[in-house]
Amino acid sequence: MFSFIARRLLVAVPTLLVLIVISAVLMHAAPGGPFNSERKLSAEVLANLQAKYGLDQPLYVQIWTYIRDLVLHFDFGPSFKYKDRTVNDIISQGFPVTLVYGFWSFVIATILGIGAGVIAAIRQNTPTDYLVLTVAIIGAVLPGYVIAPILVLVFTLKLGWLPGGGWEDGEWRYLVLPVIALSTGYIASIARLMRSSMLETLNSNFVRTARAKGLPEWKVITRHVMKPALLPILSYLGPVFVGMITGSVVIDMYFSTGGIGKSFVDSALNRDYSVMLGVTLLVGALTIVFNLIVDVLYAFIDPKIRY
Amino acid sequence: MKKNLLLSTVLSLALTGTTFAATVDPADKLAGTQTFNFWLLDSITTLDPQLIEAVEDSDVARQLFEGLYTEDGSGDLVDAGAIGYTVSEDKKTYTFQLRPEAKWSNGAPVTANDYVYAWQRLVDPATASSYAWYMELMQVDNATAVIAGEKPPSELGVKALDDLTLEVKLITPLPYFRKMLVHSSVLPVPKAIIEANGQKWTEPGVLVGNGAYTLTEHKPGEKAVVTRNPLYWNNAATVIQSGSFLTVNDENIAFTRYEAGELDTVGIPTGMYPQLSKDRPAEASSAPRACTYYYLLNMDPEKGPEALKNVNVRKALSYAVDRDILVEKVLQSGQIPAYTLTPGAMAGFTVPSVDYATMTQAARSEEAKQLLAEAGYTPENPLKLTLNYNTSEGHKAIAVAVQQFYKAVGVELTLNNMEWQVHSDIMHERTYELARSAWCGDYNEASTFLDLFTSSSGFNDVAYLNADYDKLMADSKTMDDPQPNYTKAEEILAADMPIIPIYHYTSSRMLKTDVRGYPKKNVFGTWYLKELYRVAE
Repeated sequence: MFSFIARRLLVAVPTLLVLIVISAVLMHAAPGGPFNSERKLSAEVLANLQAKYGLDQPLYVQIWTYIRDLVLHFDFGPSFKYKDRTVNDIISQGFPVTLVYGFWSFVIATILGIGAGVIAAIRQNTPTDYLVLTVAIIGAVLPGYVIAPILVLVFTLKLGWLPGGGWEDGEWRYLVLPVIALSTGYIASIARLMRSSMLETLNSNFVRTARAKGLPEWKVITRHVMKPALLPILSYLGPVFVGMITGSVVIDMYFSTGGIGKSFVDSALNRDYSVMLGVTLLVGALTIVFNLIVDVLYAFIDPKIRY
Repeated sequence: MKKNLLLSTVLSLALTGTTFAATVDPADKLAGTQTFNFWLLDSITTLDPQLIEAVEDSDVARQLFEGLYTEDGSGDLVDAGAIGYTVSEDKKTYTFQLRPEAKWSNGAPVTANDYVYAWQRLVDPATASSYAWYMELMQVDNATAVIAGEKPPSELGVKALDDLTLEVKLITPLPYFRKMLVHSSVLPVPKAIIEANGQKWTEPGVLVGNGAYTLTEHKPGEKAVVTRNPLYWNNAATVIQSGSFLTVNDENIAFTRYEAGELDTVGIPTGMYPQLSKDRPAEASSAPRACTYYYLLNMDPEKGPEALKNVNVRKALSYAVDRDILVEKVLQSGQIPAYTLTPGAMAGFTVPSVDYATMTQAARSEEAKQLLAEAGYTPENPLKLTLNYNTSEGHKAIAVAVQQFYKAVGVELTLNNMEWQVHSDIMHERTYELARSAWCGDYNEASTFLDLFTSSSGFNDVAYLNADYDKLMADSKTMDDPQPNYTKAEEILAADMPIIPIYHYTSSRMLKTDVRGYPKKNVFGTWYLKELYRVAE
């Protein structure tokens, strides 16, 4: 088990290096640069800017400098747009915010999604089943930028229960609306996946055997059906968590949380190269870590899997 | 020598502007809580005055730092850091007397050296400020050489004669020089704090400013909070205790939060102004802004399309646009149709009456068809052109409307939208046919627009060349009253039509009814928290 984990972590290093190089090449290939504005900068001003940020160097020198600063000083570089902050600042300030509301959205989506899927599967083809599925699909279909303004309208303006945005260091009242907006789509997908997984498991031979042996239905479900039914969900949950982090642009934009989601889109539009590389690395690292966690959990849940 | 001194003293206007902060109407009763919540469309990118580019940044920085002058609601100068000035007879040397009681928020006095440091810093290649060109625009001596690295920053034409006297040397006289001193790029900054803290100097608790407020909180992407600076020289007149700047990237959610009371002012979302100005006139207001929206017509001799080399074709393209429909049906925020480049709201500027502005649209469209026919374009041989614009719902709406206007006169316009970076590159490389563009003035004077299309301007993306126009603008720099030249320059633009002016911006805003002192009509949206106060209702 430990050698498995160690091997995976070792492979992660060259993976991330390749990610850096490919991302850097693609970024610089895109037309435009960080210093375009309505007014064209004079050649001298542009030259000063490029010299300051090392953009006048050939690409391989820039990539090498980036990797060297990253490995030796853990320095992710400067931001061209946010001149008062470094990429380290941006990530260390924004990532915890996104992590907090991402975590709670994940927990809510998982609990409600699995719960809804189980209920729908047990009550298959009854009105309960149809109701759960319909609500889930409505939640999946409504995009974040439709849900968010509606939530603010209802909860802030009409009811006055919750603030319409802001973060205030994660005080619970500022968490509610972002979590609702972010989790709705995933509740739906998790519910549907859980439902079909459970239905499949419920039809297998060993369940029929357990019932034939006279086990009460609730024991059949909790002791024999849940674990195998959860396996496909587990594979899905790893990317779900990463998806919540990367897909949080809308949440940051609409709820003014100051999270890192917005940086994914902004840095690309602004050609803010170091920020782009920084968040790409972050997502890459998160994906590797969460896939690893999922694979390890598999070993605990499925006795057929051994490393 | 003595005679010159007398002359220049006579020329000085030591009593240029009155100083004021919150001028509370004696009839008003002040509210118990004096706070103000302001909306920012985007995150703050920097609070370092010499690095500021975005309007969000300058809205906050203006409360934290104070320069030589501020401006009032009509755009007139008000003494701030400067209490008087003299100008030499050749009008190239300005000497400013600084306010002796001005202090930084850590108690240190504000001296002329603080201004010298800030201005040198702006042009220093090591700072690499995107606004270094502003010093060149102000025609300060040696600005260009310092930016290019040919001379050290200490050679810049700004000097501290003593702690309270600042001397500035210009290359050429500039009648509107003092107006340019309101800009955030030339605000003074505390050298000791910057040298001790580097990039971190703008953080709350570290930042030291000479403005009416200090920075007490800054959560990037979320909000910034400024609180009264008790050491500000005019603190006694400040009423608002603290201001919050909340970033909300979506204008509709911002509006909802305004309704819920979380914001005290907000921009009116697109399309809502007509209804709101009727239903809630006490809160809704619209004011002209120093910005013009126009389409560029590429006249580059090699890269521009053949058709646009013909002045009649360019005129036809401009005449065919129905600006009234655009303003009333598409934009709907009280925008002003533009037939000239410079908005009429610019200080001292009179919009010249150009012939096509006074025609009816029907007459203009007829004229357009005729001009196109003369140029050889018929229904069998229609004029085909492409319009580039950067991706935005607003630009698209206007482009589609213009496409329809052109169809009516027999021109086929293809629309091409792209991301801003790409659009900007294409315009600068002049590989387009028509391109959407806009310009916002840097200071409250017509030349900030008209200088764009001189042949030496780095922003002349249409490759416009007219020697008479160049001469008018060059002469205007040394005239006592340059306005007649500006009027003639606009007339030349209307005759040559290198661009199609479409509309002048307005800014429409909702403001809570208990707020007083907000300069709703200021053409640059320049407002100062220290001038606001809230009344009890």
